[in-house]
Amino acid sequence: MTPPQRKRRRSRPDVPPPPPPPSTPPTPESGEDGDNKNPERLYVISGADGARAELDLVTLIVARAAPPPSVTPEQAALLRLCLAPLSVAELSAYLNLPFSAMTALITELITAELVQARAPIVRQALPDRSLLEAVMHGLQRL
Amino acid sequence: MDFKGSDTIPGPRSEDHLPHTAQAAVKIVIVGGFGVGKTTMVGSVSEIRPLTTEETMTQAGIGVDDNYGSDSKTATTVAMDFGRISITDELVLYLFGTPGQERFWFLWNGLFEGALGAVVLIDTRRLEVSFDVMGRLEERGVPFVVAVNSFPDAPSYPIEELRTALDLPPDVPIVECDARRRASSRDVLMTLMRFLHSLAMSGALT
Ligand SMILES: Nc1nc2c(ncn2[C@@H]2O[C@H](COP(=O)(O)OP(=O)(O)OP(=O)(O)O)[C@@H](O)[C@H]2O)c(=O)[nH]1
Ligand SMILES: [Mg+2]
Repeated sequence: MTPPQRKRRRSRPDVPPPPPPPSTPPTPESGEDGDNKNPERLYVISGADGARAELDLVTLIVARAAPPPSVTPEQAALLRLCLAPLSVAELSAYLNLPFSAMTALITELITAELVQARAPIVRQALPDRSLLEAVMHGLQRL
Repeated sequence: MDFKGSDTIPGPRSEDHLPHTAQAAVKIVIVGGFGVGKTTMVGSVSEIRPLTTEETMTQAGIGVDDNYGSDSKTATTVAMDFGRISITDELVLYLFGTPGQERFWFLWNGLFEGALGAVVLIDTRRLEVSFDVMGRLEERGVPFVVAVNSFPDAPSYPIEELRTALDLPPDVPIVECDARRRASSRDVLMTLMRFLHSLAMSGALT
């Protein structure tokens, strides 16, 4: 039996990424799990649209301080979660918030200087060999 | 503790927290068509139980599903599962099992652009379901290795026959794996890292 045949594609790094289709933060109508009852939470999610910081899925977030009384319950929950560093992806999973809503919430806390963001190491034209070697050593111990 | 409104969400266990010394993270994406074993691979190597991050996208309805009125908009929830491996006290590796459809990738900022590289999982019963994803990675210049997930009744092709079918250059590694086994999935990740390392070496020479 012969396998189906693929045709390789050329690299087109100069092609701009496709424009994102309209994406909206969750609205009261779209929340079916009932945890949208908290009005402050709705304010947080819908109010911060467009103010997204350049947060990556694996940007590490660490609280700078214990939650002050002024924060919303949701912000307080996030601050407690990241007493030790956690990625934006993990926070999104544990708080059950979509990624875009998560980044909006974190952006507010960065602005309020309540959390610190530790940027990820991203792929570069010339990858850092010592970084790759460190990852290999880590995997070997697994 | 009184976590208002969060009592239905299972929080991290104490061992799911990173040490305070964690400074930076890197990511690898695991891609492939429907049902090739992406979630299985993430789960088998992760030190935390696999988690899911979601994103909602709203598209204008196309008039098929009009039960909710004429202004039909469909909200699609796209889920991506991921796992984590601590490399050192300072460095963390995240693995993302990424939905096969490229139209969803923009939902997560920098998911591919920032990734060190990718693992393309293939199932030899349905090779073609992973073709599109490989093309997309090539267009974006994301380095990848191919892992042939061994399903019991799948046809077994010699690696070089697969290389021809997949139209891959000779340096791109193609390895067999069993995504259910930690050691096997770990070996796939090692293959990717060695490949990235060799690219870095040859780049440094030119
Ligand atoms: N025999 C065998 N079965 C596997 C292997 N990897 C995955 N499976 C099974 O294949 C099925 C699909 O695996 P998943 O990990 O859910 O695949 P996926 O790519 O995440 O699927 P989607 O997210 O739905 O696209 C599951 O029933 C797995 O148990 C493997 O290496 N060998
Ligand atoms: Mg899956």
